[in-house]
Amino acid sequence: MIDTAKNEIDLARTEYLNLDQLELESGEVLSPVTLAYETFGRLNAAITNAVLICHALTGDAHVASAGAGGKPGWWDNMVGPGKAFDTDEFFIICSNVIGGCRGSTGPSSIDSKTGKPYCLDFPVITIGDMVAAQAKLVERLGIERLLAVAGGSMGGMQSLAWAVKYPERVGSVIAIATTARHSPQQIAFNEVGRQAVLADPNFNNGQYYGGKSPERGLATARMVGHITYMSDESMAKKFGRRFRESASAQKFAADFEVAGYLQYKGDNFVRRFDANSYLYITRAIDLFDLGEGKELQEKLAAARRAPFLVIAFKSDWLYPAAQSRELVKACKLAGIDVTYCEINSSYGHDAFLVETDEETHLVGHFLQKVSREAAVKVEPR
Amino acid sequence: MNAMRKDHEIIAGLVEPGSTVLDLGCGEGDLMACLAERKSVKARGVEISEQAIYRCVGRGLSVSHQDIDDGLSEYGNRSFDYVILNQCLQQVKSPQKVLAEAVRVGKKAIVGVSNFAHISARWQLAAAGRAPVTPALPYQWYDTPNLHFLSLSDFIRYGRDNGILIEKAVYLNGGSRVRLLPNMLAQTGIFLISKIEH
Repeated sequence: MIDTAKNEIDLARTEYLNLDQLELESGEVLSPVTLAYETFGRLNAAITNAVLICHALTGDAHVASAGAGGKPGWWDNMVGPGKAFDTDEFFIICSNVIGGCRGSTGPSSIDSKTGKPYCLDFPVITIGDMVAAQAKLVERLGIERLLAVAGGSMGGMQSLAWAVKYPERVGSVIAIATTARHSPQQIAFNEVGRQAVLADPNFNNGQYYGGKSPERGLATARMVGHITYMSDESMAKKFGRRFRESASAQKFAADFEVAGYLQYKGDNFVRRFDANSYLYITRAIDLFDLGEGKELQEKLAAARRAPFLVIAFKSDWLYPAAQSRELVKACKLAGIDVTYCEINSSYGHDAFLVETDEETHLVGHFLQKVSREAAVKVEPR
Repeated sequence: MNAMRKDHEIIAGLVEPGSTVLDLGCGEGDLMACLAERKSVKARGVEISEQAIYRCVGRGLSVSHQDIDDGLSEYGNRSFDYVILNQCLQQVKSPQKVLAEAVRVGKKAIVGVSNFAHISARWQLAAAGRAPVTPALPYQWYDTPNLHFLSLSDFIRYGRDNGILIEKAVYLNGGSRVRLLPNMLAQTGIFLISKIEH
């Protein structure tokens, strides 16, 4: 069971958008729908400074702390006064995704038809559906056009989906450590995670709310995930082949430091995340497909007026730079003004959360540029 | 520094105001910034050095972190008014391919090359018997980024043999123009070229 007491503290500042319904890409209708979100900074009078930040697989709406003493957000080092996403200048919106378990409608929500949690009766959702819900939120906030949509990993996929789905509402795109579609290897890793959840004796076909939840399965899924987020080099630096101090007599104890770390990460994760949400969201990521080659170029052509900033990390083997280069190539062929940088980091996929000096420089200057250009466009009216 | 500014001035003189430019090997974006300011050019850059990319982005320039040798297939035919290759042709792996791509992607291309047949280089090779180090080719044999060594005459001949029309050529020795015996007296040549259509 998710620790609700902890959630309440985390989500204390979170606001909620309530929608009567949301039509999903599958054709099914989800009703009603709640979307959790947070905002930082102020919307200017011309409504030209709104930036939407999209979170990765297990993130939430709490992207930054609201001020001194607040709980740090998942991208705290990037969002705030004077930071890359400067809250003195920009109105930052971060929403949680539908299908999640952090305040938005997902499989653990109550199905109004039955009065019970949806569990596996929850419909399949897509990245496009997540974005459609965010579009309703942006509309409700009175914003016609976002200055930028930004995100890393799954957040980057959402940014790309925004650009293609609502080109007239996206001023620019920041896509970090991401891809236009999952490769078989990426799908394979997600499949291992899902199978670990499904194989847990407590899974009970998704109907575990109120009872024992499939904690071991979900923790194992997270452990696999964590391996893919790091690089060989960053693991070697952080743990080496060292053993933990508290050695156990068990033959197969997790006595290497790296093993202990993975267990710790896995155990922590089950306290804040729902196994069913994990299944639904990883599925949405795997289903995401903006196309490749000519098809990708044609899809992106819709967004040709929005400048793109694409960032990849050299040691990221989960979302390798080659995928970003594919995206950049399609952008160029589509006539998009794209800036691309491959940051030489050893942190692997995690770099997008860690390597903030370089990201701050790139994102900060890119936002300044698109903001200046937006101001020029607004003035003659 | 003076020589750099002079070649940028010459290139700016060859570019039509308001045109689109792809600057290959754009470095820190000095030329792009100069063209944007003086000629209201819409410039995009391609550069392989990460640090140079940061500098470009800091100046509000659009730049792509890539190798020129495999980065040009990403652009459609005649998608830029000009493709610029200033002082980087001698550093690419396959100049033949890059030049062919430059005149495909650009309606015109502007190529700046260092002259390996400059008198000081000839002197060092002929009289001293050593690999030349000149202001235009300021590297020792062991640390040079240059992979190809060509003269201005070599470039002109290459154009003739490969269906490339040299529309204009400007020769420089440091900050001054060279009009007499350029292949001996000029350190650099800047060529405005286009593809001869059959």
